[in-house]
Amino acid sequence: MKRRSFVAKSSLGGLATLLGVEIVYKELIPKGYTSLALQDTDPFKLFNKDRGMVVLNDKPWNMEAQAHLLDDRVTPNKSIFIRNNGLIPENIDVDQWTLTIDGESVKQEKTYSLAELKSKFKHYTYQLTLECGGNGRSEFDPPAKGNQWTIGAVYCASWTGVRLRDVLEDVGIKDDAVYFGYHAADIHLSRDPGKEPISRGAPMSKAMQDETILAFKMNGEDIPLAHGYPLRIIAGGWPASVSGKWLQRLSIRNIVHDGTKMTGTAYRVPCKPVAPGEKVADEDMCIIESMPVKSLITYPKSGAILSKGKKLNIRGHAWAGELEVAKMEYSIDFGATWNLCTIEKPANRLAWQHFSAQISFPQEGYYEVWAKATDTNGVSQPMLLPGWNPKGYLNNACHRIAVKIA
Amino acid sequence: MKKQNHEKLRLAFQEVYRKIILACSIIAIGAIVLVYFIVDPSLSAFRPSVPDSEMVQVPVEKKDEYDKIENGIHVRTGFIDAPGMMVTIQNCTNCHSSKLVIQNRMDAERWKSTIKWMQETQNLWDLGENEETIINYLVTNYPPKKKGRREVLTDIEWYTLEK
Repeated sequence: MKRRSFVAKSSLGGLATLLGVEIVYKELIPKGYTSLALQDTDPFKLFNKDRGMVVLNDKPWNMEAQAHLLDDRVTPNKSIFIRNNGLIPENIDVDQWTLTIDGESVKQEKTYSLAELKSKFKHYTYQLTLECGGNGRSEFDPPAKGNQWTIGAVYCASWTGVRLRDVLEDVGIKDDAVYFGYHAADIHLSRDPGKEPISRGAPMSKAMQDETILAFKMNGEDIPLAHGYPLRIIAGGWPASVSGKWLQRLSIRNIVHDGTKMTGTAYRVPCKPVAPGEKVADEDMCIIESMPVKSLITYPKSGAILSKGKKLNIRGHAWAGELEVAKMEYSIDFGATWNLCTIEKPANRLAWQHFSAQISFPQEGYYEVWAKATDTNGVSQPMLLPGWNPKGYLNNACHRIAVKIA
Repeated sequence: MKKQNHEKLRLAFQEVYRKIILACSIIAIGAIVLVYFIVDPSLSAFRPSVPDSEMVQVPVEKKDEYDKIENGIHVRTGFIDAPGMMVTIQNCTNCHSSKLVIQNRMDAERWKSTIKWMQETQNLWDLGENEETIINYLVTNYPPKKKGRREVLTDIEWYTLEK
């Protein structure tokens, strides 16, 4: 089996950028030699992640944050979850990187270089919440198949790029366009070049939103390799799998895109509610669009012990897919009574919102602080697990932390 | 006078002797170089070794170290040491990590359909009679756990919050 060397085709300068260090004696590195740094099996060093992140899978790489690691208003790379369906691309040459827009519903196929995309279209920067459709899967009973995400597969980073709408207007789209589907440079686990690890998309209405961008920067810097360098489509508020990494081709389809992980049970839930464990036929599964309302207490870390009489300041973030969070509450008595938190407006549409509250505890003992967000349609997070579904998506049950008053 | 002649003769002999040694040395070195050129005409031993193919990681540990079991756990993969483990490792960790297997809890029927899905879409081969061994290993060692509608918080790391 041919193990394509990462360095072989890419410039070593590019490698230095990715690693964030200058490579000394780079002219002496033999051709075809894979840098030790990229063979590193320590994912925290390899991807610059916080040591508190949890590795769920190392082939393909999947790791998630913990609630307290997500305390920043704009999530830094070190706390951003990694979700891969395949292997990270090995031959990235930014100078040769192109994006092709094709499909049944383009007036003509068009290819842009990265430089053209950057120079031809206006740049926009948005804070956009990305949550894995399977975040919270580990709580479903009977268990659902896949990576057992707990609560850490969500973040809100700042993305800079060009609007997909502007690019599509430049290409020319036919009236029968229904959906876009992305194609990327990642490698199938079987290393079969004929297979794509993932190729998802969204309806044209999502493509045309102001905040749907072709991003080349995350938090003001080149997108980290594991998060889609050098080009990624970002569709905030939808399952993060819609935001295809390592973007090379976008197909404008006259049908609902039928790429890998668009069909069957992938990123789909039963169209009608089902009993836990019930079998659902493929045709009765519907594609997930906007993610549901949800929140996380990011401070303090669960397990805080306070002395009696002290007040506890909590804070965190709340988000609601395509919607906004209208109300944020907390409870220290398992939902018997709820108190309001202060909730800020989002930095822009589809950005998570920050909440805070000051809590007084009536007496010594064990408490749980539960947080509940309500969206602009009046829909709240459930305290129990929401409707069971075969693949364990959309668990937006209330987050809670343990607190002891001593 | 006789003594002087003797001394001259001795010096002359010494001179000849040195030249013979030098000549022999040159011939010997030349012979070695010549022989080396015959063996290695491209002088490859004197250049930094450039692998013309790629470096492949070869496990350096001995076989027993490679498949070491500690406290009933197969160290390299994290699998529980029980009947069927090696067959499971051989068939289920080529494409993806053992971590993906271990974190999932399914009954025999769902493992069967997962294997079928992998064969249809992920290039998994026909497992033959190993399929039953693997499924037995998985349902026996990684059975689904009842979680109910919401679990109690566990593994809380208590700490004093100063402020």
